[in-house]
Amino acid sequence: MDHPFWRIWAEFRENRTAVVALAVVIVIALVALLAPLIAPQNPYDLAKLVLMDARRPPGYIGSNGYMHILGTDAQGRDLFSAIIYGLRISIQIGVLAGMVALTFGALLGTSAAYFGGRTEAFIMRIVDLQLSFPAILLALMLSALLGKGMMQLVAALVTAQYAYFARTAHGAASVERSKDYVEAALSTPLPAYIVVFRHILPNCLPPLIVVATVQIANSISLEATLSFLGLGLPPTEPSLGMLIANGFQYMMSGRYWISIYPGIALIVLIVAINLVGDQVRDQLNPRLKR
Amino acid sequence: MSALLEVRDLTTHFITRAGTVKAVESVSFDLAAGDVVGLVGESGSGKSVTGLSILGLIDPPGRIVAGSVRLAGQELVGLDRESLRTLRGRRVAMVFQDPMSMLNPVLTIATQMRLALEAHERVSKEAARARSIEALTAVRIPDAAQRLDAYPHQFSGGMRQRVAIAIALLHRPALIVCDEPTTALDVSIQAQILTEMRSLVRDLGTALIWISHDLATVSSLASRILVMYAGRIIEEGPTAAVLRSPRHPYSRGLLQSLPSRAEPGRDLAQIPGSTPSLLKLAEGCAFRPRCGEATDICHEMPALERHGARAYRCHHPLATEARS
Repeated sequence: MDHPFWRIWAEFRENRTAVVALAVVIVIALVALLAPLIAPQNPYDLAKLVLMDARRPPGYIGSNGYMHILGTDAQGRDLFSAIIYGLRISIQIGVLAGMVALTFGALLGTSAAYFGGRTEAFIMRIVDLQLSFPAILLALMLSALLGKGMMQLVAALVTAQYAYFARTAHGAASVERSKDYVEAALSTPLPAYIVVFRHILPNCLPPLIVVATVQIANSISLEATLSFLGLGLPPTEPSLGMLIANGFQYMMSGRYWISIYPGIALIVLIVAINLVGDQVRDQLNPRLKR
Repeated sequence: MSALLEVRDLTTHFITRAGTVKAVESVSFDLAAGDVVGLVGESGSGKSVTGLSILGLIDPPGRIVAGSVRLAGQELVGLDRESLRTLRGRRVAMVFQDPMSMLNPVLTIATQMRLALEAHERVSKEAARARSIEALTAVRIPDAAQRLDAYPHQFSGGMRQRVAIAIALLHRPALIVCDEPTTALDVSIQAQILTEMRSLVRDLGTALIWISHDLATVSSLASRILVMYAGRIIEEGPTAAVLRSPRHPYSRGLLQSLPSRAEPGRDLAQIPGSTPSLLKLAEGCAFRPRCGEATDICHEMPALERHGARAYRCHHPLATEARS
């Protein structure tokens, strides 16, 4: 029971909200992971869609014989299935983009701090320059340029977000770089990459983990925004953003469910991740330690 | 007898915008294998910079401008970076004052000791472990095998300093430079570590340069004492002789300000004034403005006069006390 994991968990457990939020995140992640088993319909199989069932309200029993608990969209998709599959895509993209941005940004930030001098100035000024643009603008331009598709979208999100990681990693690594044990390690023939990976990087992880949780939530909402604007994924694989966009035109005619339910799913996911992130940040911040 | 370490006219300057800081001025001394020399002085006397200069750890704007440092005959001044790096940790090691900042808080002691070993040689995990345990046992860390997997924050200050010394010992270096290694510790722990260092030096034959502002700790360990002031050696000699009858007024001042020498109820003796700025040293003897014995002749820099085993840099050396 003395393992660090249990100590972290014991402290985490004290915050009820965070525990609930974590449970929500886990449930959503599980549902998304097991989507084919849970969803009554495969929303990507266009052959299964019946146009007769389009735009039906929640509770409608369709021609396939099962109840559309959240209604159907304009193509006759079961919204509940579409939301589950949409969450799956959102989480995939969010986590993938977040992790790639974390790796890339952390590498860039720590190497800037390690090399110092002009290299550092060069890398960090580019990062600063990029941070002065809104992330959404950059992602928009890039996804318009790269075209539609999962990898293109991830690339756009990574480019829009790595700068946050780079700056965080740079700040933490600069502090580490001047520590005596790093200087001592560098004064021996120990290869520089070992010093960076074994001595510097592990010390930069706490702030990076905090930024990572926030940025995963951000890439999910960024992806939703791009899809809403029609720049994200192809329409055959609707993500949450596209579902919202598709239902948007029917809002005024009272068919609220096509937009509202995917929206609620998106909000719940993002808020839950952020709440978990807040607790993690509080726990990893040494200044808030009781 | 040829010395393990020969330092000759070592001069280290820091060239800053405000002027040249003459941190170390023509310091010379010898150190035999297995011997301990104490480097004593106030803050800013150049004792730490001397230690760093020997290991080639002076970073710009600092520079060794003159002199030579020979380790077992090999010249270290002017040696290229890579050769110096292969030397450090293996043949010369250094122990610093703050043991917390010397250990990485997120790695276990085992990992850090293994990295220190891997810096110089290929070792298997098991061999690294065995040698780490051996080194930790040498500095009397109880349950070394178990403690090896602990993190630095699980050690007390004294234990951390022992770990730092153990890491310095890993490669059995010929010379260890200890820069105020016991200053951050409790007095009782200081005494323990000093005792251990003494037996380590005896058992392993490692030479030590023990840098401290505290004459008491130095005197229990070092066979010779070098007293530094404003970058120069102002007095040197066998520990007992220097402590019994200092010849330089500054050494006497240092000795008199030791709390153990004060009479109960009386104020401690102080040396008036403070260490001079190394940027604008007055001509002549640097201690002149604070010295009670100073006369006009002190405007000229006194030479380091040798008298047998002792040497001092003073125009008005104090008389040797009659032996009692």
